[in-house]
Parts: sequence; C-alpha cells; structure tokens
Amino acid sequence: MADLWAGLSQAFWLVLTFDAELMEISARSLQVTLGALIIACMIAMPLAALLAVRRFRLRRAVIAVLNALMGLPPVVVGLIVYVMLSRSGPFGVLGLLFTPTAMVIAQVIIIVPLIASIAHQSLRDLWQEYHDLLISMNVTQWQKMRTLLWDARRALLTAALAGFGRAIGEVGAIMIVGGNIDQATRVLTTAIALETGRGDFALALALGFVLIGLAVTVNLAMHWLSRTEREGRW
Amino acid sequence: MSNLFPLRVRGAKTLRRGLSLVGPVDLDLDENSTCVVIGPNGSGKTSLLTLLHGTARLSSGSIDWACGTQEARHHQAFVFQQPVMLRRTVEDNIAYPLTLRGTPKAKARRQAGIWARRVGLDAMLSRQATVLSGGERQKLALARALIASPRLVFLDEPCASLDGRATREIEKILTDARAAGTQLILSTHDMGQARRLADQVVFLLNGKVHECSPAKSFFTAPATPEARAFLNGDIVE
Ligand SMILES: Nc1ncnc2c1ncn2[C@@H]1O[C@H](COP(=O)(O)OP(=O)(O)O)[C@@H](O)[C@H]1O
Ligand SMILES: [Mg+2]
Repeated sequence: MADLWAGLSQAFWLVLTFDAELMEISARSLQVTLGALIIACMIAMPLAALLAVRRFRLRRAVIAVLNALMGLPPVVVGLIVYVMLSRSGPFGVLGLLFTPTAMVIAQVIIIVPLIASIAHQSLRDLWQEYHDLLISMNVTQWQKMRTLLWDARRALLTAALAGFGRAIGEVGAIMIVGGNIDQATRVLTTAIALETGRGDFALALALGFVLIGLAVTVNLAMHWLSRTEREGRW
Repeated sequence: MSNLFPLRVRGAKTLRRGLSLVGPVDLDLDENSTCVVIGPNGSGKTSLLTLLHGTARLSSGSIDWACGTQEARHHQAFVFQQPVMLRRTVEDNIAYPLTLRGTPKAKARRQAGIWARRVGLDAMLSRQATVLSGGERQKLALARALIASPRLVFLDEPCASLDGRATREIEKILTDARAAGTQLILSTHDMGQARRLADQVVFLLNGKVHECSPAKSFFTAPATPEARAFLNGDIVE
C-alpha cells in the first residue's frame, strides 16, 4: 500500500514537471498513432464508400473479410508484420523492422478493418437515403463517394475515434515489430509493460496517466469539433 | 441546342419480379406542352415518370427522345414525391447540382441564393435541410431541380401533402419555370391542379394509359366512362 502511494505521488510529480523521458515517449506514442490513423482513414474511408455505392461481385466477400479482420488478435498481426519485415522476409531489404514505421504499419493493419466496418455501416444507411436522388442526377461513382463521405462526416469521425482508441492502447503488435527500444521505438504502452515488469511503478503509473489523458483529450477534441459542426460552423 | 422533344414512347413497359408495374405505354409528347399524369393511387404514375426519366429499367418497348437518351438525361431533373434532403444546409442542397458540375463555389452560392429567394427559402439558407417542413422541402427540391436550368422537369405529386397556400406557391414557381422555357411532366391526384396546369393529360389506370388527350377535351368530354367517373371523384378500378 505504501508502495502504491509513493508511486502515485511520484507519478504526479513526473507528470507535473514534464519529465523529459515521459514527454519523449508520449510524443512518440501520439506520433505513431496519429500517423497510423491518418493512413488507415485514407484507406478505410474510400473503401467503405466504395462498398456502399458499388455492387461488384466480391462485395459481400470483402465485407465479410473486413468483419473477420476486426477480430484479428493484434499479436498475430505483429507476428505477421515481423515475418514480412525481418531480414529474411520479403520486405527485409527495406530495413524497417524495429522502427516507428514498422509500428505504424502494424497499427494500420489493425485499425483499417475496424474503421472501414463502422464507416461502411453509416455510409450504407446514407446511401439508402440518397440513392434515388443521386441516380436521378446521373452522378459518377466518384461523386457519389465524395457526397456520402462529406455528408456522413460526423459518423466517420466516430469511426476514426474508435480506430484511434484501439491504436493508442495497443501493445502486443507494437512490442513485437518495434522492439520497445529506448529513444527509438518505445511508446506509452510498451513502456508501461516494461516499467511494470521492472517494478518501477511510479513511472509506469505516470505513463498510464498520460495515456489516459491523451485518449480522453483526443476524444473530447473530436466531440467538440462535431458539436461546433452541429451548430453549423463548418 | 439539341431538342428533347418530340418524345415518342412505344410499348414501353417496366417489370419488377415478373410483374408489370406500368405499361405497355404508347405516348407522344410535343414541345411546350405541360403533361399531367393522373390516376388513382397505385395506378403507376410514379413508375411511369421514373420510366420516362430513365431511372426505372425499360423492360421492353422504346422511349425515343429527339436528341437521344444519353443527351436527354443531362437536361432533365426529377422531383420526388418525398424529396431527398441531403444532410447539408439549404444553401448547399440547392447548389448541389452546380457543385457536381464543378461551378466555382462563389458562383454556386450566388445562384443558390437567387433560387432560394425565388422559392421563398432565402430566410433559411444556413439551416440544415433535414429540419425543413414538408412544404419547404418541396420548395427546396424545386429550386434544386431548376438551378441547373434543365430542359425538362419531372414532378411526382409535388403538392400531395401540402395545404392550399403552399400548393399555390409551388404552382406559381412551376408556371414561372415554364415561362422560362422548362417543360414539365407532373403527376397529381388533385384534379384542380391538373386543370390549372395541364396542356396534355395522361390518364392511367392499372398501369395502362387509359386515355391520353389534350387537356381541354379531356376535362370537357372524357372519352371513357372510367375517366368520367374519375373526374367526378368516384372510385374507379
Ligand atoms: N419497387 C416496387 N416493387 C414492387 N412493386 C412496386 C414497386 N414500386 C411500385 N410497385 C407497384 O406498382 C404499382 C404502381 O405504383 P406507383 O407507380 O407508385 O403508383 P402511383 O404513383 O400511381 O401511386 C403499385 O401497385 C405498386 O404497389
Ligand atoms: Mg406515386
């Protein structure tokens, strides 16, 4: 119990003084996750829109695969990415293993199915609503997708938030492909795992607070954005 | 400019799961005549309009526009009985057809403002379209249909759920559009509206064109007993 209190107070101290190591790890976490989120959204959103407006032969199959991939254990994703990027793997020459880029790749693979599935559901509903009008206006496939993506932007924000939440809290895959290397690939989640194992509860707790803080802040920021939108400011 | 009319329809039919929704239809429409499609509920008015517009599949027969189907489609707009509101502001809804055509934003907004004033929506330009009332939705749909100056507008029961005043306002917009050179094909079950707007009447019954004649002769001397009964407000089957 005393350990816990000591750890807690020390943790607050680390956060309040903007401890250099803590800041560095937090910044990297945010960087990797936001990078992965942006790339994942650029893949998942158009994919979701295409699945909503276009009846192609493999459509049902793609949707089923996306749904299945949502339940993919991150550790397995980490393993696969590791094998692909390792020196003897097909992408070994790129030398990406144990770099933040490898971590971004793993996170993208983990959150694309999640974002695409959630986005697809709302885009499909909107398409039902818009179908007659857009068909009557003779719009191109591309214009349909753009219209849906723009008008469903608030629901898409929620999809992106879900992706962010999943990515920032992810530890298994990141640990495998990043290697948790100090000052290179150590992020909040892997650092927490490490410090807990080492018995440095103060640092682990401080890292945990920051992780929660980041997740909450990003969520609030996005909700605030969507609220200003409801009031018609953008 | 290429002409849409005369329109020649021969034996046009649309099927849905083997059942005939409407047709076979034979119809000739000329330029500068407003065509009003009347008939009881379920007689196929909506199906006929979408068939002519080209959004319902033509199962057999032919629909020949003077300038060809592809070209004709670009000069048409359709106003649905329950207009679709894009989840955007009124202004962006009205400007949408221009946006699709790549009109510069400032110009599209200006045009949308002009059309909003014409249909009486200028006070609610920045409101979300989804909160509009039924009459306002119809007006928005009209402005959106007319903004790209189509040669022909289809209207499916444009005043079905509106009160007298909103109906009058919408008919005013329609007659203005007609004066500006937009041809109209509309369906209605309001005989007063048919009398006020029609040059040509198509009377549908059970998916078939039961009678197709100039408005004057249709309303003064309908050729068939069913048409006479319908005009008298009797139930026809
Ligand atoms: N998508 C559809 N599938 C099956 N039947 C339909 C469909 N749309 C319309 N119908 C049927 O076709 C007939 C004509 O409908 P409609 O054109 O909507 O009539 P109206 O507009 O004159 O009320 C009706 O009997 C209706 O039930
Ligand atoms: Mg109808």
